[in-house]
Amino acid sequence: MRWRRSPSEPRRGRLRIGRWLFATFAAMIAATLVYALYPRPMPQTQAIQIRQPQLDLERLRAVAEFAAIADLDQRSIALFEEAGRVIQHPRCMNCHPRTDRPTQTDAMRPHRPWVSRGPDGAGEPTLRCSTCHGATNFESSGVPGNPMWMLAPIEMAWQGKTLGEICRQLLDPARSHMSREELLQHMSEDALVGWAWHPGGGRKPAPGTQAEFGTIIKAWLDTGGKCPA
Amino acid sequence: MSYAISVNGQIHHVEDDGQTPLLWVLRDTLKLTGTKYGCGVAQCGACTVHVDGTPTRSCTLPLEVAASARITTIESIEGVEAQAIRGAWVARDVPQCGFCQSGQIMSAVALLRILKTPTDRDIDVAMSGNICRCATYNRIRAAIHDAAAQLGTAR
Repeated sequence: MRWRRSPSEPRRGRLRIGRWLFATFAAMIAATLVYALYPRPMPQTQAIQIRQPQLDLERLRAVAEFAAIADLDQRSIALFEEAGRVIQHPRCMNCHPRTDRPTQTDAMRPHRPWVSRGPDGAGEPTLRCSTCHGATNFESSGVPGNPMWMLAPIEMAWQGKTLGEICRQLLDPARSHMSREELLQHMSEDALVGWAWHPGGGRKPAPGTQAEFGTIIKAWLDTGGKCPA
Repeated sequence: MSYAISVNGQIHHVEDDGQTPLLWVLRDTLKLTGTKYGCGVAQCGACTVHVDGTPTRSCTLPLEVAASARITTIESIEGVEAQAIRGAWVARDVPQCGFCQSGQIMSAVALLRILKTPTDRDIDVAMSGNICRCATYNRIRAAIHDAAAQLGTAR
């Protein structure tokens, strides 16, 4: 019985394995060092793609589609109810709050950060809307903008009101501060109202287009400007 | 595109996309890193600078708009209000982690330039767009009162 290995073969075999392991280990270290130290260019600022989400755009019914309603008052009410899909859309309601604070998002949650309408509807003197809101939507931050960005006067609060109440309020110059002609101009041409169809930042626009909305408002006024109950 | 931008009294010529937020021009191009990136969506106020003297969130101001204005950052805010705020901030040891403080100071200086003796509500309104995750709000409010008092004494 032999207790000792043959002096040559096994030791040589162990040395070969050792050398192989050492070479593998050294190669791994070298590869790691090459990978870690290989010079790479720093990431560069790149222009972001403007988001153009595929939103489900809602259409407004054409004025001609209401011609089948023979009763003029009923047609007028139906036209205003169609316009109400725009008027009561979050893009419009968010800036017609019943308090001094706007709301935001489709959920119409309180505006963050805390802001208040101030003396002119464009923010407190020490925290103006323009602190964050510029003249246009800014895709990088997602912050919406318009040169006239401001809240509607408190007399024109829409939130918490029925469509009929909003309708009667619109037709009351003491609260809307507008004649019927000015009201039509506001609805169909005012660029701040027009923002509702171009809200940017992945926000869902109001139904239809501003031109279609203006046509419905004109038809509603031409049929007597009747209001829902 | 090249823009000539006025920052802290100096005209800098910047080669960048016009839609780049001013914040990135200040920090990356001009190396003015006192203005901080907090949220990038005008929710926290850490990036507040003065644009023609008015506090503005630089993360939501495009370079092409900022190029026509006079920008002041925390690195060169000056005047009696800034001195009073700085002194009050040190005396009250206002900052905790400090990340939001340049924005807080820019808003506080602008407040004192508009309202010489602000009430608690005035301070809350003016500073509500500046968030502090360390919740140093009580010290900020106290320091603004201190600065206002110091300015009143100095007048």
